Amino acid sequence: MSVELISANHAAALSAILAARANRTARGFCAGVYPITPSTECMEYLCSQEIEKGNVIRADSEHNAMGICIGASAAGARSFTTTCSNGLAYMVENCVAAAGYRLPIVMSVANRTLGPPWNIWADHGDSLLLRDLGWLQLYSADNQEVFDTVLCAFKLAEDPRVLMPALCCMDGFILSHTMSQVDVPSQEQVDRFLPPVDIPQRLDKTAHTLGQMEAPHASVMHRIQHHQAMLGAEQLYAEIQDSFAEIFGRRPADPLVTYRAEDAETLIVSMGTLGVTAERVVDQLREQGQAVGAVRVRMFRPMPDTGLSKIFAGKQRIAVLDRDVSIGFGGVLWGEVRGFADPATIVQNYMVGVAGGDVRPEHMLNLLVDLQQRRESGAPQIVEVA
Amino acid sequence: MIKEPALNGMAYTEQDRRDPLLRPGNSNCGGCGMSNLMQMLRRATGERELKMVVPACCAAVTSGSFPESVFGIPTIMSTFASAASVATGVAAVAQLNAERTRVICLAGDGGTYDIGMGTLSAAAERNEDILYLCYDNEIYGNTGGQRSSATPAGAATTSTPRGKQEIKKDIIGIMAAHRIPYAASISLAHSDDTLRKLQFALDARGFRFLHVLSPCPTGWKSEPAMGIELVRLAVRSGLFPVFEVFDGERYVINVEPEFSNEALMMYLSLQRRFRNTGVTEEILRPSIERYWNYLRLMSGRIVPAKRN
Ligand SMILES: Cc1ncc(C[n+]2csc(CCOP(=O)(O)OP(=O)(O)O)c2C)c(N)n1
Ligand code: SF4
Ligand SMILES: [Mg+2]
Repeated sequence: MSVELISANHAAALSAILAARANRTARGFCAGVYPITPSTECMEYLCSQEIEKGNVIRADSEHNAMGICIGASAAGARSFTTTCSNGLAYMVENCVAAAGYRLPIVMSVANRTLGPPWNIWADHGDSLLLRDLGWLQLYSADNQEVFDTVLCAFKLAEDPRVLMPALCCMDGFILSHTMSQVDVPSQEQVDRFLPPVDIPQRLDKTAHTLGQMEAPHASVMHRIQHHQAMLGAEQLYAEIQDSFAEIFGRRPADPLVTYRAEDAETLIVSMGTLGVTAERVVDQLREQGQAVGAVRVRMFRPMPDTGLSKIFAGKQRIAVLDRDVSIGFGGVLWGEVRGFADPATIVQNYMVGVAGGDVRPEHMLNLLVDLQQRRESGAPQIVEVA
Repeated sequence: MIKEPALNGMAYTEQDRRDPLLRPGNSNCGGCGMSNLMQMLRRATGERELKMVVPACCAAVTSGSFPESVFGIPTIMSTFASAASVATGVAAVAQLNAERTRVICLAGDGGTYDIGMGTLSAAAERNEDILYLCYDNEIYGNTGGQRSSATPAGAATTSTPRGKQEIKKDIIGIMAAHRIPYAASISLAHSDDTLRKLQFALDARGFRFLHVLSPCPTGWKSEPAMGIELVRLAVRSGLFPVFEVFDGERYVINVEPEFSNEALMMYLSLQRRFRNTGVTEEILRPSIERYWNYLRLMSGRIVPAKRN
């Protein structure tokens, strides 16, 4: 174990490289990569490393970067890539395919606004495009979490009971380009945590066809299997946390990270780095005697529904903060979680930090003033933050 | 070994791979050139280990529906534009594991000349260890026969009902410009040449590209039994040159056509896609001649074109 001062992009890449090497005794590692701000440094780091029994292929587009990962994974290798924003949008067709073949490809996303108009700043709208495709989705709030999440994502995605691709999201620039200390385990530790991957459907000797046509009854059966496997992933994640803690001596973050939430009357719900700011706001308000707590949704797919229902139970007010807008609807996170609250709870949606607005504690404090005055839930609000 | 295709197909011999690549029960139309290609490939492959990538096209449909598959080799169906990138990943992992398996793409002209062109170009530029087979039926067969950039001038399609105006892309020229180790066109009517090329391309390393004129009775509005004969006419008339290019430099003409006007006339009149579009032998002749002049220049073979 060593401590490195690195950006979250490099943390994700380093984690992927350790995972890559851990598969050297099996079928190796192969990635297709393509640059886009602010994910570029992750792919550059991958391209700078020698990986034993590994090959990082410099693709001509994100669509083909994912195509290469699909081929590699279908041939039984461990696979990883990184992109965001329009790169992710361009890749979507092959993201659908990767999920359809049930291949455990891991992807790091430095969340960025979709354009044009071009905007390179953080917004979750890009990874949320993949919401319904059958990808696991995990959102991190600091560099250590990014590192740990990539390792856990491989373990979760490759579990024979799961077998599906996984997205590891970090806020663009806010995390991707911020240096901080990261505990980096040794290769030997990673080898123990992440055994060689076995992809049972891989193209081997048997003449079978992956991704061929199917009739509705076969497709619906595959959807049911995929859905069930995804639902089971939350439980398996707990096992992975245990094994991680045993080998690395620290426990990776939970699917739902709560902060002073138990006795809170008011909750702030968010994803990514907004959750860190929310915790500071909670501290400030607690000092003033207000019973406020926070919940960070780290695991967005599968959605930890029972966990959220338990945390939401009995709360008076809930502010759901979205760093995204589903145009014509409201916040995506709000749409997903509002149903888990008691009918009597006031659940108010604030879309804040959309398109990269720099959300500071005072913005959240203002939202909470608004929330406390409400007698009932109102329409979702887009809050302008420069 | 039987050298000539019998009854529009090939007789099974002891040289053939035991399991067919395209098994009975496939849904190809009768007389489909892609079926002939798969038969030839079966013989050329023998017992070599193969893995196949098939993008959206007729070959993706013919495989049948889950869980049965008509392909006798491990296969992955890729998205329409991704055959060469998916094959890149498969081939890279085969290489990492020092496997002898050969990775092939079986793609239509749409997935090759149009939507997959960037993917193909990138894989060729990286010189990936892939054999790319393009069966060219000169239309989007899967979606009912719309034009592609491989559709020849004068052919009616469902999206160019009065006949396409533009001439088809020079795909071998495009691939040769990538200086890949091997690019060749294949005539299904010349089985010895075809088998030799398939075997050479199967064993060669790096990116290999084979272009196959693939009769499509459904889209060409021709008799299913006439497919191989139509290819022979296309070759005899000079319309479909049969040649190969090594390393993007060395051009070799494999079949010397007669440039027979009769063959060209027969080729056009046996396909209803050329009816009512106004295309004639005279209209096609200049572009055929221009291309052959270019081929003679590139191959250094200055035998004058014979004219009837
Ligand atoms: C991205 C995308 N666009 C469109 C389609 C619909 N589509 C499927 S196959 C096809 C045409 C295939 O033409 P070609 O590659 O020539 O193969 P053929 O069907 O002629 O064998 C089209 C347009 C698709 N599957 N994916
Ligand atoms: S439409 Fe043409 S290419 Fe497609 S299966 Fe039928 S004959 Fe073959
Ligand atoms: Mg076609």
